[in-house]
Order: sequence, then C-alpha cells, then structure tokens
Amino acid sequence: MQPVPTIGVLAIQGGVREHLRALELAGANSISVKTREQLSGVDGLVIPGGESSTIDKLARTFGLMKPLREARANGLPMFGSCAGMIMLADQIVGGIEGQESIGGLDISVERNAFGSQTESFETGIVVKGIHEPDREFEGVFIRAPWVIEAGESAEVIARISVGPHEGRIVGVRNDTLMATSFHPELTADPRVHELFVEMVMNS
Amino acid sequence: MSSEISTGTSRVKRGMAEMLKGGVIMDVVNVDQAKIAEDAGAVAVMALERVPADIRAEGGVSRMSDPDMIDAIRAAVSIPVMAKVRIGHFAEAQILESLGVDYIDESEVLSPADYANHIDKWKFTVPFVCGATNLGEALRRLTEGAAMIRSKGEAGTGDVSNAVTHMRKIRSEVLRLSSMAPDELFVAAKELQAPYDLVAEVARTGSLPTVLFTAGGIATPADAALMMQLGADGVFVGSGIFKSGNPAERANAVVQATMHYDNPDVVAKVSRGLGEAMVGINVADIPVHHRLEDRGW
Repeated sequence: MQPVPTIGVLAIQGGVREHLRALELAGANSISVKTREQLSGVDGLVIPGGESSTIDKLARTFGLMKPLREARANGLPMFGSCAGMIMLADQIVGGIEGQESIGGLDISVERNAFGSQTESFETGIVVKGIHEPDREFEGVFIRAPWVIEAGESAEVIARISVGPHEGRIVGVRNDTLMATSFHPELTADPRVHELFVEMVMNS
Repeated sequence: MSSEISTGTSRVKRGMAEMLKGGVIMDVVNVDQAKIAEDAGAVAVMALERVPADIRAEGGVSRMSDPDMIDAIRAAVSIPVMAKVRIGHFAEAQILESLGVDYIDESEVLSPADYANHIDKWKFTVPFVCGATNLGEALRRLTEGAAMIRSKGEAGTGDVSNAVTHMRKIRSEVLRLSSMAPDELFVAAKELQAPYDLVAEVARTGSLPTVLFTAGGIATPADAALMMQLGADGVFVGSGIFKSGNPAERANAVVQATMHYDNPDVVAKVSRGLGEAMVGINVADIPVHHRLEDRGW
C-alpha cells in the first residue's frame, strides 16, 4: 500500500463534492468515480448520500453494478453514508420496486426510516473506533435510513442516544465495509473519514 | 450526555439540497406521472395541479395544489415530494408543512400573493427553494431563509434561453465578487441589494452558500447537459417531460444526460428515438407582462 491512498467517491448523484473534500482533510487523495476504469484505479470507495433509488438505477444502466459488486467481493474497502448505507446493505426495506444494492454488509436497512424532511435532525453521536471516541460526533440525519437488524459479522459502531428513536443503530462496519445513517461529510470533523482511511491503509 | 435532537437546522435544510445534486426533479400532476418519474431515477418530484405550460395556456389565478392530490403522490412514491406555494403566501406554506412535504418551492410559476414581500422562510422547519434571475435576487432569498436556489428561466416554454441567461448571470456575478478588493464589497452589496455579510461570504468562497439548480425551459437531454456544463448543480424539468410524446423514455434520457453531462457520447445515445419534444414557445414571442421571470423581487 502506498503511503497516501487514493480513495474514490462514486459520482452518480448526491453529496460527491463534500466527500471529496472530507477525504482530502482525512489525508487521502480523492477522485470522482463514474466509470469502470476509474473504479479499477482506487484503493477504497465512498458511496455518498443522495437518492438511493437513483444511484442504484443509474449504476445498473451504465454497467457499474457488476464491477462494484466484484470490487467489493475482492475486498475493496467501501464506506457509505445515508444512501450509501442502503447501497451496502444486504437487505433493503422500503425500497422502490426492483431496487438493488451492492450489498456486503450483513444488515437490514429501512429507507427513510426517520420520516420526511421535516423530521430530519442533528444530534450528538458516540462513534466507536474514531479518534477521541468519547467526544460526540455531530450526527446530521437527512431523510435517513436506520439499521433494523445487524448480523453477527456487522459490528454496531453508533446508535441514537436520545429522543423517540433512542437505541436505533445508525453506524455499522466489518473488516472492509463501513456505513453510517448520518452525513459526516456535512461536518468539519474528519474523524469518521480518518477511520475509513485507516481501514483502507490496513486492507 | 448533552445530546439533544434539533430539527429544521440550516444544515439539514441545505444538506437535503446537497443530496439532490446531480439529479433531476420532475413536475408531476398525478400518481401515474410520479411513478414514471421515480422509475426513471428522478431524485424528487414536484407535485402540482397543472404544469407551467398548461398554466400559461389556461391563464387564471394559479394556486397551491389540493392537499388530497399531494397526499396521493406522497403515498405513491418514496422519493422526496416537493410542492409549490405562491410568492409571499405563508399560509399555503403552513399547509404544505403540515402535510409533511419535503421541500417547498416559493414559485413565480403560481400567481404571486404578495407583490412586496416573500415568505419569512426561517420560521419553517421544512426547507424552501426559490427562483432567481441574478445573484442579488438569490442572496435576498437566502437572507429570507431559502436553503436552495434555482434559476427561474421561463417556465412552460421549452425555451432554455432564459435559464441560460440566469445561470450565466449568477455565475459571472459570483466570479466578479471573488475578484474584488475587500473595500469594494460594500458598494457591491449596495448594488446587488443584498446584505454585506452574505456578499462577503460569496466573495471569500467563490460560490453560493447553497446549491444552485437550473429550471425554466429545459426540454431535452441536451438542455440538461448544457445547463450542467454551465455550472448547475442539478435540474428541474417542468413541462418538458410530460408534455412530450414519450414521457417515460424522455424522463430516463434526461436523468442519464444529467449524470453524464460532460460525456457527449452518452448524451448523443440517450437523445435518440425520444419522439416529439414538447411544443415550445419562444420567450421573445411572449408579451413582457406574461413573463414569469419578472415575478419576485
């Protein structure tokens, strides 16, 4: 592994720019990935927030879904936020008809679980494995999904700590894949991206 | 633990718009159209009773849609649902917030309710998108609490020329600010009729603090690619899809062209075999007092 990894951001639709910036802040080189060729040149991949049904549909239309699944099966580290979490889930609840995912994380994820945009919120989240884990991370949840159930191979790294949804799982990982319901790329705090860069370096 | 739950923050309002970037938001007037839009990969739908082309053709006062119709569309699709209110009609906005729509468009396409004031959008939990023809107008809308800006263009025409004018104008005014000396920004703020703090922020960052979509006259995949190359973060398509010969195909094509806006091979491929585009009206042929772009102040 080279000292500074190159991490791609899947650039089909959504918060691409924010992840590119956050990855640079976390010490990686970052590039947009729109094609199979670009995918083959990265050490890790971020799947951004956006509309999961759009990202899925266009990934299949442009022949990206198969290479994404192959890359994941070959151990390419991936991090998904919000819609990206849905894309990495083995099971989607509440998807549109025929909606597919890349899969790989042994979780069942419910789309728009917290409700519509008027229910979108911010709250402090404790995230396991990041630097200074006791210092809360600013969790930004936008029409966010949550994890209904995480299998044995998926480690829970974050839960909602207050309010009506207290205890809901909003962050999971295994050796190479990580997913959050919230959007660390919308904050100035690099710790979640730093954790992903470490996962890429260790892979 | 000091955590609490905060809704309606600027970050979740503006962040929602960030997540729509690179996507297409489609006007729909019924459940069938909403499903076609969702199936084509639209990132959101705009629920309204008449598309702008019909509003233009039929005339009369144009208002917020029937709550039943909005509810039916919300029940039929799982992508975000937006809806329009008249400029300044905060009671219509209160109704839409109570219905739980995901975004409100305070829109010049409907008949204005207030010829002096726009809605105080800070009072709402639901975020707002507003149209603009230039940077000063965009910054005034942000000052009132808008979380997303779109070009006005000239809705219901299928003529992209005004959208081009507005997008180029906003971009060039942003560039001009970012090249100015700090002591020139005070007069710039006066000329733009916008608050100094926002003007200084745009000058420092070289961009609007929110996303900038395009709207008003986009009818083809090439139109979408044009506007994206001119710097739009995403595309609203109003009458262009469901006033065309083959809406499902055209919806697919516009979505795909918006993703690959910088790849002419893809845009060429998706432009084939779409059937009739909407019958357009040249903006120049519309009497000035019938132009929607002049609504909003």
